[in-house]
Amino acid sequence: MLSYLIFTLTICGIYALLALSLNLIWGGVGLVNLGLAGFFAVGGYASALVTGAGAPVVIGWVSALVAGAAVGLIVTFATLRLRDDYLAIVTLGFAEVIRLIALNERWLTNGSDGISGIKAPLKAELGVAGFNLFYLVLVSAVVLLVWLLLRRLDASPYGRAMKAIREDQQLAAFAGKDVLRFKWQAFALSAAIAALAGALYGHFQSYISPDHFQPLITIYIFLAVTAGGVGRPTGAVIGAYVVVIFLEGTRFITAVVPGLQPVQLAALHEILVGVALILVLHLRPQGILPERIPKAPGDRIPAKPEVLDVG
Amino acid sequence: MSRSDPGEGLRPIERTEPPRPNPLPNGERGLAESAATASTAQIRPGRLVTLLLQALINGVMAGTLIAVPAIGFTAIFAVLRFPNFAVASYATVGAFAAWWANTALGLPVVPALLIAFLAAGAVGVVAEETALRNLRNAGALIVAIASIALNLVLENLVRFFVGNDMRGYDLPLMRDLRFGELRIGPQQVQSLGLALAIMAAMFLFLFYTRFGKAMRAVADNPDLARLKGIDPARIAIVTIFLGAGLSGAGGVLIGLDTSIDPLTGYRVLLSVFAAAVLGGLGSIPGAVAGALALGIAEELALIVAPATYRTAVGFVAILIMLTFRPRGILGERAT
Repeated sequence: MLSYLIFTLTICGIYALLALSLNLIWGGVGLVNLGLAGFFAVGGYASALVTGAGAPVVIGWVSALVAGAAVGLIVTFATLRLRDDYLAIVTLGFAEVIRLIALNERWLTNGSDGISGIKAPLKAELGVAGFNLFYLVLVSAVVLLVWLLLRRLDASPYGRAMKAIREDQQLAAFAGKDVLRFKWQAFALSAAIAALAGALYGHFQSYISPDHFQPLITIYIFLAVTAGGVGRPTGAVIGAYVVVIFLEGTRFITAVVPGLQPVQLAALHEILVGVALILVLHLRPQGILPERIPKAPGDRIPAKPEVLDVG
Repeated sequence: MSRSDPGEGLRPIERTEPPRPNPLPNGERGLAESAATASTAQIRPGRLVTLLLQALINGVMAGTLIAVPAIGFTAIFAVLRFPNFAVASYATVGAFAAWWANTALGLPVVPALLIAFLAAGAVGVVAEETALRNLRNAGALIVAIASIALNLVLENLVRFFVGNDMRGYDLPLMRDLRFGELRIGPQQVQSLGLALAIMAAMFLFLFYTRFGKAMRAVADNPDLARLKGIDPARIAIVTIFLGAGLSGAGGVLIGLDTSIDPLTGYRVLLSVFAAAVLGGLGSIPGAVAGALALGIAEELALIVAPATYRTAVGFVAILIMLTFRPRGILGERAT
């Protein structure tokens, strides 16, 4: 039971990183990344391949960050000037292409068999139980670090400019903000965080295959961010923990429904996930922790009709 | 706790993916595959012409089939202004409705296709009204995200009742038609004819009926349409019914000469998007042009790339088109 708990909490942390990544781009500049699972996979494979070639694990993680940011830039290159729904379609296609490459380029990714024997840092020294605990602490520390960074970013002028772009990009551009630059920077950073989550996942499991990066993960993370509250890093983290617990809980509930085939149980589980996301969007779109919109400085003085409020 | 390995619990649910079904009947792909090996060797000029001609024929056929759900997707986009990812599940629902009518009721293809259209259309309207309608005020991206969740729900409802096995339609076997070295499957010719008939009906509807004209008016300028007394809510329902119905019919046409499973719709989703984006999102003639262009591009790409990358062609085509001409072949502004 303890090992199960430790395992679940580690996965919670990895999902929290993905949720932070999505929240940065969605709650920040208002773009969506439907290819989150693809960036997750890029990081997992990048780190597995680099460390597999003999590099230390830390170098693997750095290369995951770099690879994630790089593919993030490629994906956004053609679409950022366009309406936001184009980016949504392109990111979805991107995740599918990454999955195809992972499945078919056997020389690189070993195809559907996946890459096994990925370096697990300090596993030999700590033993299996010790390693799992150490890795939980490590992942939680990374979540804490990224959370602090993104909260700092949120409170900074940069973060306010991002949210101004989210609310009204024409107005933001009019106020002198380079909308395009904010968008690609935010997307690249967000992609890098998702890739880092993939690298952490790979070194935890010691094994990755295309099956680990199903498009379903993207839906889990959307559920996490909407449930937690779009626009607040704290909400994203809480949402991720809630969603993993919800996923595990539904697994136990569906497991006790009698007389169903395994495929029906799996289907029921996915139906619950989809229904949950639709319900959250309808009933509590602001999430558990609604975004705090700071008051415009102009509110402190009595508003005069002739003062033009441009935020 | 029943599980011994805690690691098993949090793995994403395994979706066993069958090899992408060969969109063309036996033999057709053989030519394209042998081309990959032959390209390194000497190709006689006559053989090359045959190869290209065969790719062109296959591309037009595959493109015509994709055009049907692509029209559905782009029509929904034109009127409701969001990319509806649930068209994948509407295609799957249609494919299985026709399969049920075909194997359980023993109906031939055309009535089964009609049942698929009606079933997918009805499911689409019910799903839209219950799951998506109230979110429209929250913005296009929120509705798009909800449509992904809706897609997951519907796809798994199908899976719940029919399982993951591949199913085939009960159709008479026919020999390929041969013209010299070119080969065409009779089933494809029939599907092609059906797709063309569906498209013709759709164009007649859009240009000669009151509802069709009202739909185009709302797509063109919703405010002006409202001023003229057109009820946008009614038009939205008609559009969803048509769009979902066309997706369902497309699911059948695509499944006819291979087999179907709950992922049938999802597998063609990227091609449907690519067709719509290539033609210009929201443009119905554009969706047809985009689908044909995509079909031919996919077949030509198969000459140089392995067949497993077929869906990647759509992605690359979207990127190229958005870089150089974002509004697509026949579309409006994209910014």
